[in-house]
Amino acid sequence: MKVLVPIKRVIDYNVKVRVKADNSGVDLANVKMAMNPFCEIAVEEAVRLKEKGVVTEIVAVSIGPKAAQEQLRTAMALGADRSILVETDEEIQPLGIAKALKAIVEEEKPEMVILGKQAIDDDNNQTGQMLAALTGMPQGTFASEVNVEEGKVKVTREIDGGLQTVELKLPAVVTTDLRLNEPRYASLPNIMKAKKKPLDVKTPADLGVDMTPRVTIEKVETPAERKAGVMVGSVDELVEKLKNEAKVI
Amino acid sequence: MSVLVYAEHDNATLNKVTLSVLAAAKEIGGDITVLVAGKGCGAVAEEAAKAEGVSKVLCADNDAYEHQLAENIAELVAEVGADYKHILAAATTTGKNFAPRVAALLDVAQISEISDVIDGDTFKRPIYAGNAIATVKCADEKKVITVRGTSFDGVAAEGGSASVENLDVVKDSGLSSFVSEELAKSDRPELTSADIVISGGRGMGNGDNFEILYKVADKLGAAVGASRAAVDAGFVPNDMQVGQTGKIVAPQLYMAVGISGAIQHLAGMKDSKVIVAINKDEEAPIFQVADYGLVADLFEAVPELDSKL
Ligand SMILES: Cc1cc2nc3c(=O)[nH]c(=O)nc-3n(C[C@H](O)[C@H](O)[C@H](O)COP(=O)(O)OP(=O)(O)OC[C@H]3O[C@@H](n4cnc5c(N)ncnc54)[C@H](O)[C@@H]3O)c2cc1C
Repeated sequence: MKVLVPIKRVIDYNVKVRVKADNSGVDLANVKMAMNPFCEIAVEEAVRLKEKGVVTEIVAVSIGPKAAQEQLRTAMALGADRSILVETDEEIQPLGIAKALKAIVEEEKPEMVILGKQAIDDDNNQTGQMLAALTGMPQGTFASEVNVEEGKVKVTREIDGGLQTVELKLPAVVTTDLRLNEPRYASLPNIMKAKKKPLDVKTPADLGVDMTPRVTIEKVETPAERKAGVMVGSVDELVEKLKNEAKVI
Repeated sequence: MSVLVYAEHDNATLNKVTLSVLAAAKEIGGDITVLVAGKGCGAVAEEAAKAEGVSKVLCADNDAYEHQLAENIAELVAEVGADYKHILAAATTTGKNFAPRVAALLDVAQISEISDVIDGDTFKRPIYAGNAIATVKCADEKKVITVRGTSFDGVAAEGGSASVENLDVVKDSGLSSFVSEELAKSDRPELTSADIVISGGRGMGNGDNFEILYKVADKLGAAVGASRAAVDAGFVPNDMQVGQTGKIVAPQLYMAVGISGAIQHLAGMKDSKVIVAINKDEEAPIFQVADYGLVADLFEAVPELDSKL
């Protein structure tokens, strides 16, 4: 079966972001960018399914700036067979992205779409669910285990109370949680090979979708900093402070 | 103007987080209706009817809703939501699962995890693991929103007397089905609503060592949480993870034990009133957000703490 893996280019998760002085957003100039960690997990899962013989083709797709080709090349170095970039420099939001992905799903007809549960920049956690709604597919969100069976997939989900397993008819959307797998690193020969794999570039207009943002960001602020605390020298002092100063125990 | 609030529950009792969502609804303003969808969830509907500020409770009691499958719930909420300007759910794994699906069915944006209401169109929400707070304004006619429970003080659970109406709408997509669940059982308070939380990290070494945290927690009536590293290493189950991708907590007292303080962990606890860090590395970033820091080996400090409480 064919699997579609949508991925996003985001700020590297190790970078501490800085809010711009004019409060228009966060400063992304000269900041290290990378594939969203949850997307790496999605690529890895697709590759493992291919290695098991369940999946025959992996198509990576990204919607974003030209520079996102870098992340698509990484996905191909990790094992995706080909990729599609829907290139746009406009601000994009989950509903618009889901609409673009729906158009790709209609063209590619994958049996499964595996994507990250959230991107670590906007922390929205929406795109997979929205794509599932628009395409009428079932969804297995926050997956920590994925088992494909004949015509269906069993997904174990990380929920607030513990774990829940659901069974979905294929085609289905799966969104990845942290413990689904540990992504591999791309090897040098695979990075070289990935350069020759096909990367198709399209525009939102090619797909005929309206990706106009519905939400405007009025301002972005730095959260209130915590006041520096004190170091205590002993457990006794800690207990004393918690009882008499902070009065929390 | 009216607001529909989706109730979070386990078919038996209303989850307290719904009271926080009701508080956000109250700030938006207008008549508040609560939708309870589940199986055998009549008692939950009765409980919701007593919450402060609720004018009506709709109860959709059907097999199709027993396990909160997003495919069924989203269709129900999208249909019922047609009459409302705002649709609110808690930013729990249940709310996060179905709310975007509702928004897409209605062709509107979804606003995730709001931490503040400015007006009916404008909200604040944390982005970049809480390292920035965005004020966002939504142009859509209808707003589908998830609410960060710890950012709103819940309305009173008692005092209201709303009517309960049974809803005969059955949405069963047939696309998904429930197989099983493994729910953590604990006599300790729930992580997201506890007044005191004690979390252990990789420094705990193994799952058995969490015993020393449980002992302190039981003396203080605290909940026990963990860092991702402790969960990934298999020390404790996933439902204990605090952080950007785990649970968001804001207790009166948060104690981080053997946790370095990665930004993703801080995202889940830095709104706590008082933070205590116990770590043997004085350079650990957790000390930068701690009100009280103790540089010590946790295997000495925690048992000592236990003996002194
Ligand atoms: C996309 C993404 C999402 C993430 N989401 C989360 C999340 O939701 N929550 C989360 O927690 N993390 C999350 N992480 C992981 C995060 O980046 C850190 O890796 C993790 O928080 C580290 O956990 P830790 O502090 O327990 O471990 P470490 O960083 O290894 O720290 C262990 C600490 O224990 C101390 N220690 C060791 N032994 C002792 C001892 N005997 N006595 C006292 N101190 C001791 C050490 O000095 C050290 O500071 C996420 C990462 C990514 C990429």
